[in-house]
Amino acid sequence: MSELGQAFVTALRLIVELDPDLAEIVLLSLQVSGSALLLAAAIGLPVGAVVAILRFPGRRAVIVALNAAMGLPPVVVGLLVYLLLSRSGPLGPLGLLFTPTAMVIAQTLLIVPIIAALTRQAVEDLSDEIDEQLRSLGASFGQRIATLLFEGRFTLVTTLLAGYGRALGEVGAVIIVGGNIGHVTRVMTTAIALETNRGDLPLALGLGILLVGLALTINGLAQGVQEVARRAA
Amino acid sequence: MTLRGGALVLTLCLLWSAAGGSADRPFLTLASTTSTRDSGLIRYLVPRFRSLSGADVRVVAVGTGRALELGRRGDVDVVLVHARQAEDRFMADGHGLLRRDVMYNDFVIVGPRSDPAGVAGTGAALAAFARIAEHEATFLSRGDDSGTHQAERRLWAMSGVEPSASSDRWYRETGNGMGATLNTASQLGSYSLSDRGTWIAFRNRGDLRILFEGDPPLHNPYGVMIVNPERHPHVKVDLARRFVEWLVSDEGQRAIADFRLEGQQLFYPSAGR
Amino acid sequence: MPPERQASPPLRVEAERQAILPLRLEAVTLRMGRTTLLEDIDFRLTAGPCTVVLGPNGSGKTQLLRICDGLVAPTSGRVVWEGPAAARAAEARALVFQRPVLLRRSAAANIDYALRLRGLPSQERARRIERVLTDTRLADLADRPARRLSIGEQQRLALARAWALEPAVLFLDEPASALDPGSTGALESAIRTIRGEGTKIVMTTHDLAQAQRMADEVLFLDDGRLLEQTAAADFFAEPETAPARKFLRGEIL
Repeated sequence: MSELGQAFVTALRLIVELDPDLAEIVLLSLQVSGSALLLAAAIGLPVGAVVAILRFPGRRAVIVALNAAMGLPPVVVGLLVYLLLSRSGPLGPLGLLFTPTAMVIAQTLLIVPIIAALTRQAVEDLSDEIDEQLRSLGASFGQRIATLLFEGRFTLVTTLLAGYGRALGEVGAVIIVGGNIGHVTRVMTTAIALETNRGDLPLALGLGILLVGLALTINGLAQGVQEVARRAA
Repeated sequence: MTLRGGALVLTLCLLWSAAGGSADRPFLTLASTTSTRDSGLIRYLVPRFRSLSGADVRVVAVGTGRALELGRRGDVDVVLVHARQAEDRFMADGHGLLRRDVMYNDFVIVGPRSDPAGVAGTGAALAAFARIAEHEATFLSRGDDSGTHQAERRLWAMSGVEPSASSDRWYRETGNGMGATLNTASQLGSYSLSDRGTWIAFRNRGDLRILFEGDPPLHNPYGVMIVNPERHPHVKVDLARRFVEWLVSDEGQRAIADFRLEGQQLFYPSAGR
Repeated sequence: MPPERQASPPLRVEAERQAILPLRLEAVTLRMGRTTLLEDIDFRLTAGPCTVVLGPNGSGKTQLLRICDGLVAPTSGRVVWEGPAAARAAEARALVFQRPVLLRRSAAANIDYALRLRGLPSQERARRIERVLTDTRLADLADRPARRLSIGEQQRLALARAWALEPAVLFLDEPASALDPGSTGALESAIRTIRGEGTKIVMTTHDLAQAQRMADEVLFLDDGRLLEQTAAADFFAEPETAPARKFLRGEIL
């Protein structure tokens, strides 16, 4: 059988057997990236919205920086967080290196620019249309931000999914700050890296197929919820 | 509604993760080389130590260069590597509390079955290296300051050839782990130097074979070191001592000797020597 | 909406709260970049008469409303609310844009949103929503997504939302520009009802017939300048300026 065929068989077997070690890895992936998404959304959505509607000196530069930061290599973010969290680094005493928390921090930093930049674009387009009306109705700055984010919710769901996908799929940052420790910080992508290193390509690709399947499921669910909600608004 | 629904799911995820934490057991953080992990030795040793001590060993598997760096920065408690000179420097610079010999295995020269440089016929490792250089046959170096990389550079120096990736077209650096380098070598049909453990565990050999083995310069000793608590007070010295003492004890050494991968012994105890 | 229909109880209870008029503009000039949009505008609007701002496209009507509503500050000059409640002028005025801007939620929720911004208690909000939706004949559509309504319904909803705020002054920018005659009639009748409750109406239009139906007083703008402020009857009988006369004759200025 070809290697690709073998990989699909492996992926199927992994799903059917529901190996507890694998389940643990999948769950940790979802939790780490989910927590990172939650934090990044809490930071990125308001930051993006503020940059969208506030005129301040250096705004152009901030937008350029945010857009450029969308392409930050995960390894660079990982290295940065590693240097911060290392025992010899400024946050060393917290003892967070090689924990899932460290991975959450790294992925949060990785996807905040994506969420903020895409939110900025979406909210700016929307604000051209409705912000003046909101101001006329007497909405405060905070109320305008909240309303614009809510009005853009369908676009922003896609933004959040983009962030989640990037977090779930990256390996460079988590492998540095998490250390790929079995049962502690091993997630799907670092497991794939490990199996690739061991030359077990079908298993690595099988895990990869599982990861893609997971991403598809999450996106499909989000799409479904979005369509139902859109019909009602 | 969508946002609220999403937030609910994520909150559940977080709660789940909080409830599912299993990390109450005391643990030790060990920086080790990829060879000990990829060969399965670590997964074999750790449960034995756990059942004895009740403590877990969390293993960060990286190249020797980075493993030592993790030790210097105090990010791990114990370092298990294979690069004797670098280890001695680590101790001399005061980064380590103590160092013990643990075990050894050996390096093998792998290459395409056709063996264009005729390495298999040579009687010595240094001659084999010289042949590769002479034929300018493609050689893949780890190039990552790992123990294997350091050993390879030493072998080149001893064989009187010092190839460099910038001037010699046949000498290439992957800058990657052993497994990734072997993956590349099997695709390019290149020669490379591998530790035997990783080689045996490696599944994607393709056309690669062991072409030369069993010469003393290919000896590959592993040492274990405890990170100096005077530099890094949070180092778990007591637990680290227990782990190291167990590794070099009769019981630990027997466990290492008993470890088999595909019927082959990979590591030989060396603490008693 | 027939004017003789049974009137609901008037919304306005605290007339005094909204006593922000008269509104006086002093030498108001607005520039954007090198373009002068409004130049040296002076006028005073008092409570009562329906003021229609007339003028050709690009004469500055919309910018004038934006300045009066406080959405843009004039480059120079002053906008002064002279009434005793002037300090609360921002809460006592509302603007309906030429293209209705509605939020992605139900018709009723759009009104509720505006009322929440004023911090009104839920019972009062519910009362006002029901009242304005009924009087703009949108009650049956209360739970429909606002952006799915027809353009005429959307324009009425935007008006209903402004009305629910019970403003002392209501600015309307070309409120019927996109509507067919039937919708226009419904809209004008709603505007009359609002006016009947004591709200000052200031609206722009380039539709002369509509201006004649609605106006008590005309402000005529041309090329960013205020050329006339005249009682409607006088304006339509005999404008004072040549551009206004041309405009009335339907000539392109």
